[in-house]
Amino acid sequence: MPATDSRRSQESRDGGCPVPEVERVFRAEATRVLATLISLLGDFDRAEDAAQDAFSAALEQWTETGIPGNPRAWLVAAGRNRAIDRLRRHRRFLSKRQELAHIAAIEAQSQLATGIASEEESRLQDDLLRLIFTCCHPALAQEARVALTLRTVCGLTTEEIASVFLLPVPTMAQRLVRAKAKIREAGIPYEVPADELLPERLDGVLAVIYLVFTQGYAPASGASLTREDLCREAIRLGRLLHAVMPAHPGPDALLALMLLHDARRDARAGPEGDIILLEQQDRSLWDRRQIEEGLALVEASLRHPGRPGAYAVQAAIAALHMRAATFAETDWPQIAGLYEVLLRLYPTPVIELNHAVAVAMVDGPERGLMLLDAIAARGTLANYHPLPAARAEMLRRLGCQSEAIEAYREALALASLEPVRRHLVDRLTELGGSR
Amino acid sequence: MQYLLLIYQNEAQAGAASPAQMAAMHQEYGAFTQSIVKSGNFKAGDALQATSTATTVRVRDGKTMTTDGPFAETREQLAGYYLVEAKNLDEATSLAARIPSARIGSIEVRPIRKFD
Repeated sequence: MPATDSRRSQESRDGGCPVPEVERVFRAEATRVLATLISLLGDFDRAEDAAQDAFSAALEQWTETGIPGNPRAWLVAAGRNRAIDRLRRHRRFLSKRQELAHIAAIEAQSQLATGIASEEESRLQDDLLRLIFTCCHPALAQEARVALTLRTVCGLTTEEIASVFLLPVPTMAQRLVRAKAKIREAGIPYEVPADELLPERLDGVLAVIYLVFTQGYAPASGASLTREDLCREAIRLGRLLHAVMPAHPGPDALLALMLLHDARRDARAGPEGDIILLEQQDRSLWDRRQIEEGLALVEASLRHPGRPGAYAVQAAIAALHMRAATFAETDWPQIAGLYEVLLRLYPTPVIELNHAVAVAMVDGPERGLMLLDAIAARGTLANYHPLPAARAEMLRRLGCQSEAIEAYREALALASLEPVRRHLVDRLTELGGSR
Repeated sequence: MQYLLLIYQNEAQAGAASPAQMAAMHQEYGAFTQSIVKSGNFKAGDALQATSTATTVRVRDGKTMTTDGPFAETREQLAGYYLVEAKNLDEATSLAARIPSARIGSIEVRPIRKFD
């Protein structure tokens, strides 16, 4: 072993490349390489095997000869060749005719894809976009879409995805296997949908991206207030979608919304990981560059013709928060007004809850409590801890101590994210109530 | 690929339609079938008699049991089918969406399994 090591390091100096550098380049290219391999091979599993083979080949060769000029094209070619080798090796499972047909199909696709060898960035973008639309196809269950997107587009491991959804790894692995089998067997196309289907499909893709983001920004449970990796992946996907579909309303608004929320990340948690509420946040910790980018996108998203989308209005609300130099300077009347717009266009119980909180900032806690009680009476948010937590807050501000304690206890029974639980316990203690 | 488009609808509701409504539905079905024959998607298709005419057969321990009625009681019943050739699931679902009963019932789209 030492002999090999010294030979490797020697050759690194002569133009070979150290292993960590190969790994870094591979990680940067992995999703695009996989997307193109799926497009060439027409099968998720075979493409994943081929990408893995390409990586092994790269480890072997790049450490000797250095990284090629176009590593992505190199990896795609290596993956494709290995896939053809595998097909040949497995020919006893296939008839000769099937094998030749497969290989001919791959080669024909590769002819179409000769662009990958050089400058055709657009073709690669297209493959990636196709991959996203396939993973988010409405014929797949919502949870399967999210899992498949995280696995295939974001490159998270099955273990990582299982931990996001608090599921045993075999359950998540099974979910991914089933989703890939459905794509293959039901003939879910590897395509960006036709124009007439695009608006509906794009909504589905945006929903998946936003779900990934909210899993990262406000995880349902666990020890930490945010999961940076998921926020980052969601923003990366949002950027990508926006870059490829700049003229479509939706991607710009969603990206703006995510950027603006995420810009607060460092200010949201204390050194011990405790929640710091908006009111107490040190606004100098907000990411100014990200805010500027988000604000520009909000404006662009509101300029699309037609009525504004749900993400655009939510992003506009986030923008008002970010524009306030201090909490006291927040433009609550306008925020409450935008929530009313949202409620009219896209009513959901969660929006209604946020509206009630904004109204309370304008008209006082009594009015807020009335709205919250109306939501609670309908029972649609029965297991959603922010509802009793918001009621508790109103009651506390109104000086109704025992009712506030009751509501905080109710919220605590529903919350499973550790920092949220600690915050609720603190509030209970302040009010002299026990858990 | 080939897909079976299974047409489910509430029999009682469909049976309660007026003669004029039934004639209009019939005509719509005729036009739809014509159009997918013309486009080359059509392989086969039929309407079924009501589930009151259904018979279910099971063989257990070598014994054949024949019972009246469909396999399961459901809100919507199988009323007919089309077997179509489609490029992929998107084409199959857009054909399914054009079946007149899709507006009142539901269409299950099932890929045909090939053994080779």
